[in-house]
Formats: sequence, structure tokens, C-alpha cells
Amino acid sequence: MKTNFPVIVVGAGLAGLAAAYTLARSGVEVLVLERGDVPGAKNLMGGVLYRRPTEEVFPGFAQGAPVERRVTRQSFWLMTGDSAITAGYHGGEWMDEPNAFTVLRARFDPWLAARAEKAGVRIINETTVTELIVEGGRVAGVRTSRPRGDLYADVVIIAQGVNRLLLEQAGLAPPLEPREVAVAVKEVIALPRETIESRFNLEPGEGATIEMLGQATRGVVGAGFLYTNLDSVSIGVGVLIHQLVETKLNPNTLLEGIKSHPMVRRLIAGGETKEYTAHMIPEGGYRSVPQVYGDGFLVAGDAAMLCNGIHREGSNLAMISGKLAAETVLEARAEGDFSARTLSRYRARLEESFILKDLKKYENTNEFFDHHPEFFRLYPALLNRAAHEMLTVDGVPKKEKQALVWKMVRRSRAPWRVARDLYLAWRTLG
Amino acid sequence: MNIAVCIKQVPDTAEVRIDPKTNTMVREGVPAIVNPDDLHAVEAAVRLKERFGGRVTILTMGPPQADKSLRRALSLGADDAVLISDKAFAAADTFATTYVLALAVNKLQAERGPVDLVFCGKQALDGDTGQVGPGLARRLGLPVLSYVTGIRSVDPAGREIVVERKLDGWREVLQSRLPALITVGKELNEVRYASLPDMLRAAEYRLVTWTAADLGADPNSVGLRGSPTKVSRSFTPPSRRGGVRLIPGGDTDPRRAAAALADVLMAHGVIGGRGEDSPARAATTVRVG
Amino acid sequence: MPRDVNPADFRGVWVYIEHRDGIAAEVSWELLGAGRGLADSLGVELAGVVLGHQVEPLAAEAFAYGADKVYLVDDPLLAEFRVEAHARAFTRLIETYRPEIVLMGATPCGRELSGTVATAVAAGLTADTTELAVNPENRLLEATRPTFGGKLLATIVCERWRPQMATVRPGVMPRPEPQFRRGGSVVRASLDLSEADLVTRVLERIREPGRADALEKAEVVVAGGRGLGDKRNFALLHELAEVLGGAVAATRAAVDAGWISRDHQVGQTGKTVRPRLYFAIGISGAIQHVVGMQQSGLIVAVNNDASAPIFEVADFGIVGDLFRVVPALTEEFRNRLRGAVGSASSGTGPVGERSDGGGG
Ligand SMILES: Cc1cc2nc3c(=O)[nH]c(=O)nc-3n(C[C@H](O)[C@H](O)[C@H](O)COP(=O)(O)OP(=O)(O)OC[C@H]3O[C@@H](n4cnc5c(N)ncnc54)[C@H](O)[C@@H]3O)c2cc1C
Ligand SMILES: Cc1cc2nc3c(=O)[nH]c(=O)nc-3n(C[C@H](O)[C@H](O)[C@H](O)COP(=O)(O)OP(=O)(O)OC[C@H]3O[C@@H](n4cnc5c(N)ncnc54)[C@H](O)[C@@H]3O)c2cc1C
Ligand SMILES: Nc1ncnc2c1ncn2[C@@H]1O[C@H](COP(=O)(O)O)[C@@H](O)[C@H]1O
Repeated sequence: MKTNFPVIVVGAGLAGLAAAYTLARSGVEVLVLERGDVPGAKNLMGGVLYRRPTEEVFPGFAQGAPVERRVTRQSFWLMTGDSAITAGYHGGEWMDEPNAFTVLRARFDPWLAARAEKAGVRIINETTVTELIVEGGRVAGVRTSRPRGDLYADVVIIAQGVNRLLLEQAGLAPPLEPREVAVAVKEVIALPRETIESRFNLEPGEGATIEMLGQATRGVVGAGFLYTNLDSVSIGVGVLIHQLVETKLNPNTLLEGIKSHPMVRRLIAGGETKEYTAHMIPEGGYRSVPQVYGDGFLVAGDAAMLCNGIHREGSNLAMISGKLAAETVLEARAEGDFSARTLSRYRARLEESFILKDLKKYENTNEFFDHHPEFFRLYPALLNRAAHEMLTVDGVPKKEKQALVWKMVRRSRAPWRVARDLYLAWRTLG
Repeated sequence: MNIAVCIKQVPDTAEVRIDPKTNTMVREGVPAIVNPDDLHAVEAAVRLKERFGGRVTILTMGPPQADKSLRRALSLGADDAVLISDKAFAAADTFATTYVLALAVNKLQAERGPVDLVFCGKQALDGDTGQVGPGLARRLGLPVLSYVTGIRSVDPAGREIVVERKLDGWREVLQSRLPALITVGKELNEVRYASLPDMLRAAEYRLVTWTAADLGADPNSVGLRGSPTKVSRSFTPPSRRGGVRLIPGGDTDPRRAAAALADVLMAHGVIGGRGEDSPARAATTVRVG
Repeated sequence: MPRDVNPADFRGVWVYIEHRDGIAAEVSWELLGAGRGLADSLGVELAGVVLGHQVEPLAAEAFAYGADKVYLVDDPLLAEFRVEAHARAFTRLIETYRPEIVLMGATPCGRELSGTVATAVAAGLTADTTELAVNPENRLLEATRPTFGGKLLATIVCERWRPQMATVRPGVMPRPEPQFRRGGSVVRASLDLSEADLVTRVLERIREPGRADALEKAEVVVAGGRGLGDKRNFALLHELAEVLGGAVAATRAAVDAGWISRDHQVGQTGKTVRPRLYFAIGISGAIQHVVGMQQSGLIVAVNNDASAPIFEVADFGIVGDLFRVVPALTEEFRNRLRGAVGSASSGTGPVGERSDGGGG
């Protein structure tokens, strides 16, 4: 029996499938090992999938892929317990020229996997890689949970998602820190198509996304989200683990809180919860990116911390990093050298692409918010009260109202501090 | 020993939902699995092969997607797999199914020599219940040993097999001749955890497909046309009756609730008296042997 | 046998009288009850089919339960249930006497036999039905059965092929009141087989310990589900069942948890029961469970969740914590039944026995 493969990919997630597909299209024999019953069985994503990066890896995917809706409305809600300041963008042109789709991974991933298989990728499901086989200081293959389960490869692409145990075991990455990962809980709530379209003011096929800050996370650093699928909505919340630990909050409580917020409650009323899932999101950013290459291996996707929490981008970083990893392998094959020296070009490719550029731009964000909890606690409340004051018509002259608002702000936080907060936030995020 | 195993791909009924408007099954997103009993049939066949040599061939009649199930069976150590697939086979009931399966077993025998044993699952999850095994045996002219819970001995040279089975309160030991058809369930064995080489072999295996024409099937005997039974209507189970009468006090005063319930049950005559007023059961002499 | 036969050539309703050593399976009598109704609406005879050795007394019993006629094949080769021999005898009878409807129990033997016979005579066979009716106009048997885990019911007909065969789940149809003075005619047929024609032999047959059918026979069933939370808590049900002279049953969830043995499971993949009184305690009322108990005379549900679906099938409900309600019920019934019915606690009890397994 054959036990040697040119390339083995661990994990049939977006990063793994992207890498395998790119390789197979160039005629390289590649084996993907996936622990789930089917690809996607264990994956969870909000999920907004961006068209262009997906297209770049899987050309023409939008024809035929089981996507849910085309996202044309994106909103942000700054919430208190019973109110919200909302802002959003409605991109009518996104209907014809889609920017992003909502997807359900349990439906989408198997389709993507089938497409990869058609291109020649071998996927073995229900098989967990239990450790990397390291020989002579290089990753030489993988050990799996199955009897007679050792396999060897010229190069192993590790795309096992956020819980990168293989890297940790092999001493290639430190254990994840509570400040580097968020935990997200999510429910999929079934609602009739027409109900969704009328409640979210959508044409058939159009989709909406809502990101929620402030009370959605009870002031903890994180965000709530609500995305429309075809016959359901995905609703969830993600918060940094160390903040949960400190505040002793439980993500389920937060999700229940969001669901019962008067503005959310009416959007999901009458729906039936079909699934409930919890998953981690790597949010460590640029500084947490581990070693992504070495002798005989590359790391892609969430396993490499390639996730942009601020813009809820992860799927695109996963796929593009998978593709860049594959391209690096193609070069290495051409040169017949799978050592760290050649494979280091992968890191260079990541640096040149939007992936590490974006992560670098936001590298101080987590730390910043850690030290400025007011952005999730004080400011949302303050802004809501200000809006309430200004918009309530009660005979008080507008000038007096403005004065009132200012007084309110000053009482909560000195104006110079507000100014400094905003300046710092702009420096970190802008 | 040459062994054929008939397996069926079924929707995982635990996940099936019914569309209340159309009363049809929502197939979307429902995972398809190998009928659980059939995996035990594959396991039993592979164990016999490992002991006596020979080949195990998996047969399934189903849509092209059923190749997943065939690969699952191959990963357990089966040697070959045939997908029996043709649009004309659609909507077959058990009678039309056994017609096609019998042709397939015969074709297998013509091509690869006589079959010593045919295995089936004892029943399929998705609807039909245990008729295919006996029907197929009858068409092939084989003795059927169904609900087998243990294989005591097999003697390929002496053409003999001894099995154990359980039926409604009895355990039987049956002896029969080879070739035979056996139907089995999960009591028979533990399905193995496939080895990685077997998984790889299954993934790479080139499946053979047999169509109606390959089998020389009579078009009037397959699929809907060849099926004596037809579904005339399907509907969701009606709710049982008018409505529940809630006895208050369950939370606050269970003793009062218990007393109130006892009152109504006695008024209905279901407790307190003996069984005399029971229309269904009274005065029956049950002879116990 | 030709398909596309002329349905008019087939008349009469037959019921297979399944038995072991001359002791009939309950379902045989249940089917005679159902068959009687069908035969009456079609204006034809109801016949029992008795295959075995020294089983003549079964004919009399069949008459008592409603048969007009009994087809009897009595032969030593039929002493043990061997499907080769029984199917041969049955097939011959069908070919000779051409019934339009043949009913059998959906028991292991009934399924093995019906699958073989239906194939042999090219009949339509609807397996595992729970409801039977005939349309007197076109004389079609309308057999209804659950599919997809009980989530859907399908009515199945067989338009042109004869006979129309169905197997019926045990415990679903009510057993008729026997009338022992009722008589009928016996048609004897012979089996033209010798031992040498048969390839299968029964080497051993052992009664399995445990009462396989005490649950089906119980007049009162006290069933528990996951709400009991623990194996030990089944003792609460045993106490209540003992006071009422009933049997203990369970949902699959409780069985899977290992709290009680599988022969106590009621539902689609367990037993069908129809006692006079069914207690559903800490049971949510999943359809797979409900199909096994919905024909009970009265259903009482105890559940702390007022929105549990079990309340949709129950006649009486108590919303509350079972750990408080059940002991109160036991206490209450014990007080009421004490003295009133001495027999409730005497060994003979109102049918049913104390259930074993699980508790303690
Ligand atoms: C709640 C939530 C909402 C999100 N929303 C969005 C969004 O809206 N837009 C967006 O772009 N991104 C979003 N993301 C992020 C996005 O889902 C991830 O960045 C992306 O899925 C990462 O892909 P991946 O291939 O690296 O990992 P994964 O998709 O997690 O795939 C890893 C695969 O490896 C398998 N695996 C793991 N270990 C082993 C092993 N030892 N052996 C074999 N197989 C193994 C797993 O089963 C899995 O299939 C969200 C994430 C979460 C949790
Ligand atoms: C193919 C298939 C076949 C199946 N066959 C069967 C079958 O034959 N039989 C069967 O039973 N199931 C069967 N099932 C399983 C069925 O779907 C349900 O999962 C099962 O019946 C649930 O059992 P339950 O009611 O005990 O548990 P649950 O659904 O968990 O319900 C427990 C109930 O107890 C209540 N409760 C909890 N605590 C208390 C308390 N302190 N006081 C009062 N009430 C309390 C809860 O409110 C809840 O309603 C089958 C499923 C499938 C897919
Ligand atoms: N379409 C099919 N193809 C192959 N085998 C089948 C098929 N349908 C049923 N079987 C076999 O017959 C057994 C009993 O099925 P059933 O009679 O439908 O309950 C199954 O467990 C399978 O082994």
C-alpha cells in the first residue's frame, strides 16, 4: 500500500481545500485528511463569504455553489439595553456584482470539497491527524487515528483551523493564550424566506448583515452578529476569552441577551432554533502569527492566526493563504527542495499580500481595547443617550438640548479624555 | 468463499424533517448513511473472507451518489463494489428491488464464479422493513436465514452453515446448506474501525456501474412499473385527540393534583375496578406453554 | 404466477395464524379482528391460515376470534417454523384458493414468511402497517404505515396484482372478544414435501429468559423518559406500577442511557402497547415514542415543561416536577386502592406483572 504522497493537507476547511485544489489543478497528487464525517461537519462560521478572494481560488464558484444570499445591506448597531444607534450601507450594485454571500458552512464546504475531488484531490474523512511525524528535524509525515495510519509526504500543509494542536505538540507554536482567541456561539434560526425578506427589507436573494456593539457584549470586547440566510438567520456573539474569564460572563448569556433585545427580538420572532454551535476565532492578530513554515511544512488559515477580527474576515485569509502555500509548494517541487529555505517564500508571499498587511495595520487593536474598555461600555451608552436627547421632541429648544448632552458627556468623562480616546482609536484602527 | 453483500444508502432518519405543506421529506441537508444493519453484514462477510479466503463484493441499487456508501463498505475490507444504477430503477418497491438485485447477483456469478453466501441487513431504516432479504432469497432459490445474531460455524467444503437467531422470545440454532442468504443486525458483531490503507484503497477504487441494459432487465419489471405497491397518499400523523385536560397543582400542591387525577381516572373506570370493563382484554385465556 | 392477473378471480380475506407449538401469537387474533371488518365491508369470507403439526385446536380458536374458515396444513415437517416449508405450504394455498387480501403479523417470522410468499406469488406487500381499510367500490386494500421514523404516514395500495398482502405491527389492532361457541369450516391441504427437499434444520430452540410480552399485555403502563435523570429513579416508577398492577416501560433515550433494558422500550423501534392507562413521566413526546403508545385508552402525562409535545397526545396532564408528583400519585393510589381491591397487590394482579430491570 502506498504511504508516500507528494503533499498531505491536514484539514478540509477553506484553507486546506484551497491549497489542495490549487495543487491538484497543477497536476500535483494531494491527499487531504479531515476528522469530520464530511468536510464542513465541524466548521462554523457566521458566515459572510467574500466573492473576489473565493473566485481567485475557485474560479466561477458563484455559479452552482450553495450560497444563501447576496449581501447588499451591512449595518452596525451601537446598542444599549433597549436602543441603538444604527449606521449602514446599502450597496444596490452588490446585487449585480456581488461582494459577499452569506453561507452555511455545513452546506457550502461539502460542495467545495466535491469540486476539489473532481479536480483530483483525494479527501479522506473521519480521520484525525494525531501528530506530525518529525524525522531528522523535519516534518516527514503525519500519524492518524486509524490503524496502520502513518503517512509520509514531501510537505505537509497544516490547515487544521484555530485549534492548532499539531503545531503545539511539535513545539512549533506556543499554546493559545486567552487573549488571542475569542469564543463565538451561534444559533441558526429557521424563518420563512418571505418573512426574512419583509423583516429585513430585502428583495428575494438579497441579504443583510448586522454587527452589534455595546450592550450586545455587555461591554466586553467583542461583537454580536446577525446574518440572513435563505431560510434562516445566523445569530451569534464572539468575545475574547480572557475578558469572559475576567467578567465571569458566559457567552450563552450574552447571546440570550442579544436575542431578547427589543430590536433583535422582532427580527427573529417565531423562528425555530435549528442548531447551536460554539467555536473559537483566532484574534491574536499580527503579533500572534506563529512560524508558518519550516522544514517540510507550511501552515495556513486559522491555524496560522490569519484572521482579521475587526473586519470579520477569516474565510478569505484562509483561502488566499492556502493558495499561497500551494504556490510555494509548486516552486519547491520545481526545485526539488522542501526545506525551510525554499518554503520561507510563503511567509514573504503573505507579507506582500493583503493578509499580513491588514493584520499589521491592526496589530495594536486588542491591546488598545483592553486598555480602553470605554469603547464597549461607556461610549455606546453615551451616544445613545445623546441621540435620545437630541431626537426627542418635547419643546426644549435644541440649543439647550445640546448643552444638556455636553453636560452629560462631561459628567461621564473629561472632554480631553474623550478627545484623546478618539485620537488613539483613529491611530489604531484608522 | 465468494460473498455478495447488498447494502442500501438511506437518509439518516434522525435528521429527516417533513415539509408540513407538501408532506414530503426535506432531503436537503440530510446526511445519507449506509443502512446501519448493512454495515454489520459487510463486517460479517469480511470476517468470513479473512478466515476462508475468497472475495467480498458489495452491491447496491441506488442513485449515483450511493457511491459514497460503496466506498464506506470497501473501507471495511470488501474487495469489490458494484453500483446498480439506472433511471428506470427509480421508485422500486421491494418486489422490483429484489428483481434487480437477483439479476445483479446472477451477473456477478456469471462473471466471477458462484456465490456461497449473500448477506443483507435485516431491515432498512428508511421505509421498508426486512422484506428484501427473504424476497431476494426466494428469487435466487436460496434458503433464507434471517435475524441472525451469531454465525456458529461455516464449512465451505461441506457446504454447511450453522447460525443462531433470535425471534420474539426464542433463540434458535439453524443449520442450512450453502449457498444461502443471511440477514443480520447489529447484535451480530462490532463494525471495525477501518485502517488507513483500506480508507485510501476505498477512495481510489474504480467503481463499476451496472445499468438495466447491463443486467438485461425487463423494463416492465423494474422501478415504478415493476412495483405492485404504490403510495396513494402520504400525510403527517394527525394529533391524537381533542386536547389535554390539565390537572392543576402539579407545581404547588402535588398531593392535591394526585387526588384530582385519581378522581378522574376512577370516574373513567381505568383504575380501582378490575379489567372487566376493558373491551380489548377481558376474560382472555392466555395459554402459556 | 402471472402479474396483471384479473382481480375478480381473487376473493376472501386471509389471516396468517402465527404460533409456536400451537400457541398463537397475539397478533394473529388482532388481525382476525381487523380482517373481520375488511371481509364484512367486501362481503367475503374471513379465513385463518394455520400451518404446523398437531395444531388442529388453533382452528377452533380462530373461529372464536372471527374466522369463518380455516385453511389447515398439518404436517410433521411444519412442526418447527422453517420458512422453506411454511412458504411452500402457504404459496400452494394462495395459488389454489386465491384470496384477495392476506394479512400477517409484522413479527420476525411473519416478515420472513411474507417476504418469501409475496415474491413467490408476485403479490404486492406493504410491510409494517398500522392501519387497514378497504374501499368497497374498487375493493382495494388501503394499508397505512409510518415511514421516515414515524414522521410521515403513507397509505399504500396495490392496484392490479393479487393478492394484496400486508404485515401489521403487533399490538396496534384491538383483539376481538372471543366467542367460543362460534364455529366454521376447516379446509385441509397437504404438504407435498419430504425432509429431503428441505435444506434447513432447527438444531435447537430455547425459550429466552425474561417475559418478552408482559409489557404488551399490561393494562397499566408506567413509562419514564430522560426526565428521570438517573437509573435509580426508575424505582419511583416501579413503585407506582406496583400499586397499579402495571408494567414499567421507557423511552429510547432512557434505554440508551442504560437505565433500563431494551425490552422495555416503547415506540417505533420498540414495542407498541395499548394498555387502558398509560403514564408518560418525564417524556417529551417525540413522535417515535408516541407511535408506540398513542392507542392507549387513557394517557396521563407528567412533565415540568408545559410546552412538551406529550401534552398534545395526553388526555390528562400534570405540569410539575415528577420527583414531587410521582410519589404523591403512588401514595394517593395506594390509599384509594387499599381495601377496595385486594387483588391489586395479590399475585394475580390486574394483568401484567411487576417489571424487572433497571430499578433498585
Ligand atoms: C462564529 C464565527 C463567525 C465567523 N464569521 C466569519 C465571516 O462572517 N466571514 C469570514 O470570512 N470569516 C468568518 N469566520 C472565520 C472563518 O470561519 C475562519 O477564519 C475560516 O473558517 C478558517 O478556515 P480554516 O480552513 O483555516 O479552518 P477551518 O475552517 O476551521 O477548517 C479546519 C478543518 O480542519 C479539520 N481538522 C482540525 N484538526 C484536524 C486534525 N487533527 N486532523 C484532521 N482534520 C482536522 C477540521 O475538522 C476542519 O474541517 C467566523 C468564524 C466563527 C467561529
Ligand atoms: C429512527 C428513530 C427511532 C426511534 N425510536 C424510538 C422508540 O422506539 N422509542 C422512543 O421512545 N424513542 C425513539 N426514538 C427517539 C426519540 O426521537 C426521542 O429522542 C426520545 O423518545 C426522547 O426520549 P425522552 O422523552 O425520554 O427524552 P427527552 O426528549 O429528553 O424528554 C425528557 C422530558 O422530561 C422532562 N423532564 C425533565 N425533568 C423533569 C422533571 N424533574 N419532572 C418532570 N419532567 C421532567 C423534560 O421537560 C422533557 O420533556 C427514535 C429516534 C429515531 C431517530
Ligand atoms: N436498493 C437496495 N440495494 C441493495 N440492497 C438493498 C436495497 N434495498 C434493500 N436492500 C437490502 O435489503 C435489506 C433490507 O431492506 P428492506 O427490506 O428495505 O428493509 C437492507 O438492509 C439491504 O441489505
